[in-house]
Amino acid sequence: MDIIVCLKQVVDPELPLREFVIDPATHRQVRAGRPLVLSTYDENALEVALQLKDRSGAKVTALTLAPQATIGDAVRLALAMGADEAVIVDDPRSPDLPGAAKARILAAAIRRIGRYDLILCGCESADWVERVVAPLLAEELGAACVTFVSRVESPDGALVVRRQSEDGFHLIEARLPAVLSITSDETNRPRLPKVKDIVAAKRKPLQAWPAADLAVAAGDTTADGVEVRDVAAPEHTARCEMLRGEPAEQVALLAERLRGLKLL
Amino acid sequence: MAGVLVIAAAPEGALSRSSLELVGGARVLDAALGGGVAAGLLGGAGAPGAAVETLHRHGVPVVYRVHHPALGVGQSDALLTAALAVCEQAQPALVLVAGDTVGREVAPRLAYRLGAGLLTDCVALGADGGAVVAKRQAYGGRAVATHVVRRRPAVLSVKPRSLDAAEPAPIAGRVVDVAVTIESAALPTRVKQVQAEKAELGLEDAQIVVGGGRGLGGPGGFTLLQDLAVALGAAIGSSRPPADAGWVPISWQIGQTGKTIRPALYVAVGISGATQHVAGMAGSRTIVAINRDPEAPIFGVAHLGIVGDYREVVPALIAKVRELKGR
Repeated sequence: MDIIVCLKQVVDPELPLREFVIDPATHRQVRAGRPLVLSTYDENALEVALQLKDRSGAKVTALTLAPQATIGDAVRLALAMGADEAVIVDDPRSPDLPGAAKARILAAAIRRIGRYDLILCGCESADWVERVVAPLLAEELGAACVTFVSRVESPDGALVVRRQSEDGFHLIEARLPAVLSITSDETNRPRLPKVKDIVAAKRKPLQAWPAADLAVAAGDTTADGVEVRDVAAPEHTARCEMLRGEPAEQVALLAERLRGLKLL
Repeated sequence: MAGVLVIAAAPEGALSRSSLELVGGARVLDAALGGGVAAGLLGGAGAPGAAVETLHRHGVPVVYRVHHPALGVGQSDALLTAALAVCEQAQPALVLVAGDTVGREVAPRLAYRLGAGLLTDCVALGADGGAVVAKRQAYGGRAVATHVVRRRPAVLSVKPRSLDAAEPAPIAGRVVDVAVTIESAALPTRVKQVQAEKAELGLEDAQIVVGGGRGLGGPGGFTLLQDLAVALGAAIGSSRPPADAGWVPISWQIGQTGKTIRPALYVAVGISGATQHVAGMAGSRTIVAINRDPEAPIFGVAHLGIVGDYREVVPALIAKVRELKGR
């Protein structure tokens, strides 16, 4: 089985608020000088792929779309965790592209990679949270699509996956090839690479392809027909009143405040 | 029609609350842009008659009805086929889809097939001049993005529990039956089983919610939290780590991934306040945080804060609430 995992580098989403700055020109977060990490659920997607590899010897290719100059530890981490090879699609504008444009470029890269049974993505990126790349990849490639998958139940024969729903889950049988977006689950907590894996990762194949070579309209910022007018931090007007004292005093104060607000 | 089409999935015949939220959004857009409001009612096994009435009663004059046994719960591929058939007949300028389990799969693919514009998880819809202006959360709730939708048609998905449900506004209506051919065996995905977890009923509708986080240390902490929930008459939820660790069902999760809540009172216990979680609860009217760490980011969004060990604070709070409620 051939598995491609789409990975995205994002600015560490848990950086302190004071380091979260929106660039007024691009309406995107300022990345310079901030640490880049693998987007939260992408690590879960990679873990699912690696578990399939452990079980049935799948080949796992990590695919990322990013300005090559910014590629650092995130992609190497994927190789160290156990991906067999990595492909970087180099596009200097990719951090500012809408998901619809990214899906088009990634689909072209996947066609060039050629062999794939499963394509895994994180269920949403930690920055722009569009949740569109997996379904659009499925459309581009004519593949089956299931999003918010928490478990891949049977990788052999028919593919059966567990899709998280509002009030439980759905068991879904999907044809191959399939694009799955992966959400976190107790079964897919990302593994930590060992030191020897980190060393070995440096020798694993890593190719870089310029997005412009993929014969798609790279850098199409209007792929989704939507314009970004403004990005602003929401007004957190809350000024937290700290209730001090021993627990009994704190609780008494809390009860008093809640009564005042007619909440108790 | 060139107006706003709401995709209302009714797999078991009844209309969901999020469908009425879409109708609410559609009527706001129609008031500014004109062109009319219509609904595509995609019904499965149940009889869709009541849903048609509900739509007419909430101000939707034209209902494009697709009734097919393949349009069952969670059957995204069948629902996509049906939504596409309705769009081809209705020729809307804007299509609103609920950003739920199915909508997350259907909305982008519908936009792709229509060559339409696409914006997902909108939390507010409005108009400026002749253009649709929509807001959505970005960066885990740290920012709100305002978008102008330039292309027509466009598919917009709406985050559940973000728009107000439409108020009743009865209108004389008509039904247009739309025929579709769906071969279940030929669909690329098939729902084999629908499994409801012991979901906290009404988490999204509750007026009071208590949420527990990693700081509870394990499933045992949630037993204590449950007592607090009972005392307060609250629903119970969690941040992501307890759900990931299997301490609580994933359906309890409140956050960017998970449920969005807007209760009158939210009590966050042992929750650090990661952006992921805050994105799902920042709309709560009053937020109380109980945490051992005075530096926890949760105190940046809370209105009332208690620094302390929840094992001491929560039992004291339970006793106080019971005393006040005379139990």
